[in-house]
Amino acid sequence: MAKLTAGIACSHVPAIGAAMELGKTDEPYWLPLFKGFEPSRRWLAQNTPDVVFLIYNDHATAFSLDMIPTFAIGCAEEYKPADEGWGPRPVPVVKGHPELASHITQAVIQSDFDLTIVNRMDVDHGLTVPLSLMFGQPQAWPCKVIPFAVNVVQYPPPSGNRCYQLGRAIRRAIDSFDANLKVQIWGTGGMSHQLQGPRAGLINKEFDNQFLDKLVNDPESLARIPHVQYIREAGSEGIELVMWLIMRGALDAQVREVHRFYHVPASNTAVGHMILENAR
Amino acid sequence: MSLEKPYLGIPGTTVFDADLARNGYHLNSFCMSLMKADNRTRFKANERAYLDDWPMSEEQRQGVLARDYNRLIELGGNIYFLAKIFATDGKSFQYAAALMTGMSQEAYAQMMLSGGRSPQEGAACMAPETK
Repeated sequence: MAKLTAGIACSHVPAIGAAMELGKTDEPYWLPLFKGFEPSRRWLAQNTPDVVFLIYNDHATAFSLDMIPTFAIGCAEEYKPADEGWGPRPVPVVKGHPELASHITQAVIQSDFDLTIVNRMDVDHGLTVPLSLMFGQPQAWPCKVIPFAVNVVQYPPPSGNRCYQLGRAIRRAIDSFDANLKVQIWGTGGMSHQLQGPRAGLINKEFDNQFLDKLVNDPESLARIPHVQYIREAGSEGIELVMWLIMRGALDAQVREVHRFYHVPASNTAVGHMILENAR
Repeated sequence: MSLEKPYLGIPGTTVFDADLARNGYHLNSFCMSLMKADNRTRFKANERAYLDDWPMSEEQRQGVLARDYNRLIELGGNIYFLAKIFATDGKSFQYAAALMTGMSQEAYAQMMLSGGRSPQEGAACMAPETK
């Protein structure tokens, strides 16, 4: 059977991708950030999954205001890096896992989570920057990826509790897939940041670090945080953190913290990162 | 019966909700069109004529011409869509963020390097023109 081995939380700031492409990772601004991901790359080299179930949000790239799915699962063979207005990122094409994706889709819809099914889609920095942070700049990504897009652009996104419960349903679906696969689930976006209006630049280290603590030991309390609290305390774009709760919901109640990293700033954003393994 | 909007009082912050999305649909669709290189070229050649092709309000068109992002947000623009305008101008997210806060880009970048705008400072945020 397929086995869910670990969960990873990771911010997906576009400037991080640009820094890698422009060879700026050793510059004083970026060096501390990339240092924080060195242990993760070593850990991933030892623990490369067959498939990553990657939760992210699209940033007005594949989805305009014409169609806004709350939860969209990618069931395609592959996904091209999107042209977000200045040419596609020079990163490998993302290979999907249509069999596992279709299985999860059917199982999760039958568990009362009404997913939108996507068979053709380009993927933006929300998905590719975490892959770059974790795997560097390979010729091909070392695993298959199932993209799972969550609407956090038009209010309201799904609630934290809805995300957490969805994670549990995704876990049951992975557990019931009849193939010997190692699967990781990644939740991306966050941490505190606000990109718009006179309050742009908001960072809340206290909120972020409490969130990281509770993500390990008390995720159910995080699942009760209302949207307005994210916006007030973590900024209008900090609400992306609900996506981390899908990841956490898929893990066991008891997890082991393998690695944690927190850094301010990457452009306008607080970067948070964590690797969690199921304790058993 | 009206919707509850507990997020309306947060200083310096506009939440892109269903009402704003409805008002901003054509504005944001115009922004989306700038994802294509040909459209960017046409827009840059004659911004006014390009904007006239979109059924948005005159106020929204003026906001685009003036690159008044705070105003555009009030009029239903969403930052991820508005980003297509400043990307077309060759400007970064940090440039646009600084502009919306009324700070110089240098001062804004320094604020971020020093740990960002604290929640206490954030609570005192007002639009630049009302400072």
